[in-house]
Amino acid sequence: MEPADDLLNEMAALEISADPMRLNMGPSHPAMHGTIRMVIDLDGETLINLDVQPGYLHRGFEKSCERGTWSQVFPYADRLNYVSPMLNNVGWALAVEKLLGIEVPERCQYYRVILGELARIADHFTCNGASAMELGAFTPFLWLLKVRDWVWDILERETGARMTHSFGRIGGMAAPPTATFKDDVLRLIPEVHKVVKETEIMLLRNRIFLDRMQGVGVLTKEQALSYGVTGPMARSTGIPYDVRKDHPYLVYDRFDFDVPVGEDGDNWDRFMVRLEEIRQSVRIIEQAVEQMPDDGPINVDDPRIIFPEKSDVYTTIEATIAHFKLVMEGLRTPKGEVYSFTEGGNGELGFHIVSDGSGTPYRVRVRPPCWYNLAASREMLLGGMIADIIPTFGSVNMIGGECDR
Amino acid sequence: MSQAVVDRLDAQFGERVLESSDAFGDHEVRVALKDWAEVAQFMKDDVDLQMDHFIDLTAVDYPERELARFDLVLMMRSSVTGARIRLRTHVKDGEEPGTLSGIWSGANWAEREVWDMFGIKFNGHPDMRRILLYEEFVGHPLRKDYPIDKAQPLVPYREVDTIDKLPPFGIEEGQPFARIDWESRLAGGDSQVSPALGVQQGQRRTLSDSEAAQKIQARIEAQMAKQAEAAQASEEPSDEGSGE
Amino acid sequence: MGQLKVIDGGGEVAVTTRLSDLLQWARKWSLFQYPFVTACCGMEFMATAAPRYDIARFGAEAPRFSPRQSDVLWVVGTISQRQGPAVRRIWEQMTDPKWVIAFGTCASCGGFYDNYTTIPGVDKVIPVDVYIPGCPPRPEAVLDALMLLQDKIQANDRKPIVVPPRLVPERAPGRTGEGDS
Repeated sequence: MEPADDLLNEMAALEISADPMRLNMGPSHPAMHGTIRMVIDLDGETLINLDVQPGYLHRGFEKSCERGTWSQVFPYADRLNYVSPMLNNVGWALAVEKLLGIEVPERCQYYRVILGELARIADHFTCNGASAMELGAFTPFLWLLKVRDWVWDILERETGARMTHSFGRIGGMAAPPTATFKDDVLRLIPEVHKVVKETEIMLLRNRIFLDRMQGVGVLTKEQALSYGVTGPMARSTGIPYDVRKDHPYLVYDRFDFDVPVGEDGDNWDRFMVRLEEIRQSVRIIEQAVEQMPDDGPINVDDPRIIFPEKSDVYTTIEATIAHFKLVMEGLRTPKGEVYSFTEGGNGELGFHIVSDGSGTPYRVRVRPPCWYNLAASREMLLGGMIADIIPTFGSVNMIGGECDR
Repeated sequence: MSQAVVDRLDAQFGERVLESSDAFGDHEVRVALKDWAEVAQFMKDDVDLQMDHFIDLTAVDYPERELARFDLVLMMRSSVTGARIRLRTHVKDGEEPGTLSGIWSGANWAEREVWDMFGIKFNGHPDMRRILLYEEFVGHPLRKDYPIDKAQPLVPYREVDTIDKLPPFGIEEGQPFARIDWESRLAGGDSQVSPALGVQQGQRRTLSDSEAAQKIQARIEAQMAKQAEAAQASEEPSDEGSGE
Repeated sequence: MGQLKVIDGGGEVAVTTRLSDLLQWARKWSLFQYPFVTACCGMEFMATAAPRYDIARFGAEAPRFSPRQSDVLWVVGTISQRQGPAVRRIWEQMTDPKWVIAFGTCASCGGFYDNYTTIPGVDKVIPVDVYIPGCPPRPEAVLDALMLLQDKIQANDRKPIVVPPRLVPERAPGRTGEGDS
């Protein structure tokens, strides 16, 4: 026993308050992951009660979608999970295409897969890098960001923007792949492997890192299912659920890749699942680049859905009218409701769309994966210590744009 | 796979399954509000269904529907069989569905969000307060009758006169087409009246309802009035002069 | 640089300057940031701090997550109505001299979130010195903003300024596999 405790026992008259202390980890969060507020009741360093308060980045996505046309949702959708915007773009395009009942050409499907997996790699880089940085390991963060910049270079060359590309279109993509697309991607792959290896060398045998991640922030399988947790967080608890494998969409059923599944559901498992997923994404990209046809249409050939060629718009009346109707009224969809889901960076990204038959969405509901992941984080944090909040919250990968919409 | 779920529910509840559908490949079942919690509990507990993976709970607002204003939609998945199902019910304005947060913990936050955005209270929910917006906010934004640009600032805006900024466009964002004017639609007006057509037809003065647009419009009208006066003043002598 | 005058007088070199110029020079090259990061612009903020765009060469890479210890409040990302009191409080807690950079269009003017929940620009809540347009702005624009802020600090100018677009964006150095630098 510490000598100070002996002293305390002697000084019986000393009164120490036994009330729990209420601490506010306010909306401006140093853990650069977004803006969240946690009101914590502490007993010493241990959390006895926790109220996670999201909503500081509520930007009115769902209401804004009801204001424009179906294609005008793309910029909003991009800013949902803004570390992997291509995945959201693809998710939204697939949702409206499910409503319309169309399928994009094969070349476009491969293109969407490759861009989506590049975005997923960028997402996992950011998450793991930021997690490591918050624990004090600044170097892996910078190295991962270096390679993330290279991923963004490819995306910039293809889409025109480093992040938030708004590149997806209903029925295709905004532009066909550039001539150097495949070469750029193939040249990037060894760099990705290298930086993942370097990160592993830096972190995986570091005593401090292991102590702060292993056994911390444990989530059980039953809790995960009950909370609706999906994605890397669910897989780390042992639930082998990956939308790409269980409900394959686009051309994911043609690829041979594994789904890393953890056992303990602690921070360590989440970190490792994400690191492994980067490798699996690279596998998917390699196969997709090999299988992707080099020519062929990118967009569906239907003037009711895709803008006709500009040269036709200026010369033929049919194309002019088609263009006019698409812009002024928006894409007309059949009346009904549909729920379409894809594997976003954090889990099952679902779009529940209600259409009243017009060009304006009636209701767009995003099923945000990290909303439910964040709800489950309460279970992971209770009973732990304050310092455990940092790695745990980092491993949840709460992206404010997606969580609060 | 998911059809089996629908069949099982039909077998168990018979007539209480009011409707089932398969549109667009999504299996869906509709029940009455009073059966909501019971059917949900059955879906979780039943050995054949085992819908233990909570996916989503949301609502849709149909203000023009007389029967019931809201649709409450629950989506679930079974981690054992992989089946998915959508459960729907109709909720009238003011009715309170039973909470599902005892069945799936994910429903806790989902129901708080439905309360925040739509104003549907859940009976028995342990913590019914706003989650995305702040407590001082009045109203429920995702209802169709809540205007999108009605802000309720917590901190009063300061005057920004140090820099030249264009005011926000307002409700139409500068795009008068492809908009549904919910205010006029709910008031019984023409639903597709785009504000530009409204200005043309004399139904409204400005494209936008924002304060800045009203100010600009007032300025334009004052200018036009001045020009008209000047034109009149200069016309009279020329009228006398030309004598035509 | 500032108004440093070097007097060359017979082998001895003496430097005369006004004290405030020296102070401003010191301030501008050692800005401590408070990164009030909320949304997507945070990713570009991280990229600006990353090795390629390297905000550290401006002496501005040290984030201090306490308003008492920082000089520049970087408001990065959309500010929602709920967040408004927090921004205001943090700005009020910062000690003088302090500057505010509104990073991105959401912080400058609300962006395209023209709705019930977004403050149309953080300058409705706190005074802003430099506005960086872009959704998100490229890191080069952010560095432009930082250099503009440094000029303003040196000249003791408090007039707000918007980062102007450049006609020829600078090429990013060090692409993998390519020879350029």
